[in-house]
Amino acid sequence: MSDLELITPPSPAASPMRMYAVVMSVGVTCAIAIVAVYETTRPMIARSKRDALQRAVLDVLPGAVRTEQFRLRPDGRFEQHGDGDERQATVHAAYDEQGRVLGLAIEAEGMGYQDTIRVLYGYSFQDRAIIGMRILDSRETPGLGDRAETDAAFQQNFRRLSVRLAPDGSEPAHPLEFVKAGQKRFPWQIDGISGATITTRAIASMLRQSTTRWIPIAERRRSDFDLPSPRAGSGSTENGD
Amino acid sequence: MATDTPVPESQKTTGTDEFMKGLWSQNPVFVYVLGMCPVLAVSNTAVNALAMGLATTFVLLMSNLVVSLLRRVVPREVRIVTFILVIATFVTVVDYLIHAISLDLHRALGAFISLIVVNCLILGRAEAFASKHSIDRSLLDALGMGVGFTLALLSLGSVREVMGSGSLFGFQIFGERYQEWVLMLLPPGGFFTLAGWLLFFNWRQTRGKEMS
Repeated sequence: MSDLELITPPSPAASPMRMYAVVMSVGVTCAIAIVAVYETTRPMIARSKRDALQRAVLDVLPGAVRTEQFRLRPDGRFEQHGDGDERQATVHAAYDEQGRVLGLAIEAEGMGYQDTIRVLYGYSFQDRAIIGMRILDSRETPGLGDRAETDAAFQQNFRRLSVRLAPDGSEPAHPLEFVKAGQKRFPWQIDGISGATITTRAIASMLRQSTTRWIPIAERRRSDFDLPSPRAGSGSTENGD
Repeated sequence: MATDTPVPESQKTTGTDEFMKGLWSQNPVFVYVLGMCPVLAVSNTAVNALAMGLATTFVLLMSNLVVSLLRRVVPREVRIVTFILVIATFVTVVDYLIHAISLDLHRALGAFISLIVVNCLILGRAEAFASKHSIDRSLLDALGMGVGFTLALLSLGSVREVMGSGSLFGFQIFGERYQEWVLMLLPPGGFFTLAGWLLFFNWRQTRGKEMS
């Protein structure tokens, strides 16, 4: 690396004031540039994140044409809210063309093999089952753990994964269960992928925790998700043209 | 400048030489072995490699431009800190831009965009070239080095993607029955592929010397 010479030639030292002035002005200019770019791209990033989430919600609840966000109030009721604070615990209710609630899309997260995995799953009130699951965010090993996103057989688990509640409605009758690839016998079991056992087991366990927490409340407060009345243009996230 | 360039005609190099040296004789990856962190980490698919290469080229171009502009203003004592400031700014800008353009791409490149800051290729060019040369030459140098870096990443990325997933730029090129060689997508695959290319470059160089 002959041209990476760091030998200082004998040049007169600059005055400290000049050094401060140069570094300060470069720093301030850089800061202004960063703020300008941040402010310009922030709405674009927020919009594409929202679009991606919207697509995922419609994806895990086939047949839905429209979604609304709800949050759980401290008194245990669900209330509709706009696109405001995304950090709050949120469920997405999905509706058919007549405005009837089909099911809920709920986010769950947990530790995978490399990092936190975030998934979104669709719960159907009619089937009392998970009918779709998408991975929103994962850094699993390419070629091994990331097959959980693409493997058709693994996705097949979530076409109709039973989370029917026990008679008293306080918890699922059979919590979701992880089994090794090809050993699924009951509708509440999730077949893993061999070679991606840790990832698929992590997904199964985050789904088990999330359904145990959310499904009993959601079933109990199901009427909270009914839309007040079919008003024109009331949907904040209408999935039209 | 480098004394080991194969174009030692005179001290005066043309603009084309300034550009071409990054592609071949002073290729940052295959000859200088610089910036190995992104080279090994983000070359698992051709698309990731291309995106990383273009992002690095953009940062290299902008930092060389600014460093060359400021070369008479910045006192020697504080030059490195100024260069780092400039480079970090452009890396942050690229990070936001990629995030705005494509969430998926941003997810795939992950932390490695921020790590462009510490790619020694960029600071190396700022210190060794842009701080001593005119703007047009610095831009040509950055463009050559950037394209050379991108080509190197692509040559790793396409080999690894073809062997590891049987596809190139996401298009399936082998049939369904191709058994993916997953190892090529994992870190060892990066080292093997890099070793293969370095071997090839060294063999070319040795052969070139023997011929002359």
